[in-house]
Amino acid sequence: MNPLACPDKVLLIQADLDGELGMAETAALQAHLQVCAGCQALQDDLRALSAGLRRDAERHPVPDRLRAGLMARAAPNVRPIRRLARHPALAFGLGAALAAGVALVVLPGQRTASLEDEAVASHIRALQPGHLTDVPSSDRHTVRPWFDGRIDYAPPVRDFATAGFPLLGGRLDYLGGRPVAALVYRHDRHLIDLYVWPATGEAAPSERARSGYAVVTWRAGGTAFLAVSDVEAPELLAFAKLWNDGS
Amino acid sequence: MAEDEAEFARLALPHLDAAYNLARWLLRDPVAAEDAVQDALLRALTYFASFRGGNPRAWLLQIVRNAAHDRLAAAARAREAPLVTFDDADESTMAEPADPADDPETALSRAQDRAALATALAALPAELRECLVLRELEEMSYRDIAQVTGVPVGTVMSRLWRARRALLRHAEASA
Repeated sequence: MNPLACPDKVLLIQADLDGELGMAETAALQAHLQVCAGCQALQDDLRALSAGLRRDAERHPVPDRLRAGLMARAAPNVRPIRRLARHPALAFGLGAALAAGVALVVLPGQRTASLEDEAVASHIRALQPGHLTDVPSSDRHTVRPWFDGRIDYAPPVRDFATAGFPLLGGRLDYLGGRPVAALVYRHDRHLIDLYVWPATGEAAPSERARSGYAVVTWRAGGTAFLAVSDVEAPELLAFAKLWNDGS
Repeated sequence: MAEDEAEFARLALPHLDAAYNLARWLLRDPVAAEDAVQDALLRALTYFASFRGGNPRAWLLQIVRNAAHDRLAAAARAREAPLVTFDDADESTMAEPADPADDPETALSRAQDRAALATALAALPAELRECLVLRELEEMSYRDIAQVTGVPVGTVMSRLWRARRALLRHAEASA
């Protein structure tokens, strides 16, 4: 940067190169540049720097899976949470749920949320592209062994395709600060996440709503179950009953 | 809401590269950048009902920028180190005498080495770096950069100048 540019002109020289000066200001600056070697040199430096940055600084393109996820949302009839459209009253609920989801994802250290809130946030996160299943399979004999070595218990895995709840696969997730098995089911266009972990005691399925999502919990056969979905609560209870009756 | 969601996606899609590029330059890590954009898209969808026209790119990049800064702040807290701060009013250093033997052409030709320039840009404080990335790589106006970064236009101009001056000096010093 030699010789020296006029301190009161540097922002004007910069704004000129950035296309932010009006005609009158540009004309005045041009007149000054004719007679000031320092400002002229700075303009040359800044112009070269700008060209260098545009040529050399990498433009990082978005990863394909992020784009694919958004493209899927742009197209109608494909995303699992679209059902809420038919329930305008729930629209705000979705917003709140997403906000809660974000907060929980961004602040994993927070331990104030209940297990249900955590499960809803986890469910929302799983709906994002690429997060749904680690082991995509409708075959429970494939899904169950996949958890071997990943968690310290063998989760019960069942398929209810004939009852309208086909198994889509499983993934490893986290609830209450520990890894748990999450089983993924489909019901019509909706997705159901079922979290299972070892627990004592028996409890009949009970339902509560969380931010527009239905959550059903129950305990049976030494296992705790927590199901999250945007299906109607009675349907999620029916899903829980299928499990309970069979176990 | 599904219509909203589809409309949001159609509006956001053209700006996804810019969103990721900004997050990438701010966080300097591909995984963190992807997470930040993911978070930002969720936030943007949440706020979409309150988006009333305007420049969708500036609106989306503003949310991405905030998501990235949340991560930077969290990382800074984790290190228990204070955030980098700098003096917004410092123009006095312009009066420093330059080395008359230093030829700017030579200095810049070295700085224009891809790695050197990109490294120098990446080493700038985040508040300066984001202004320069938005201006040079995304070719945004001062007004839009002001919206994205949440500061007045005058501060954008000052930050751009300090970012550029730092890069020019860096080039000079390594010449």
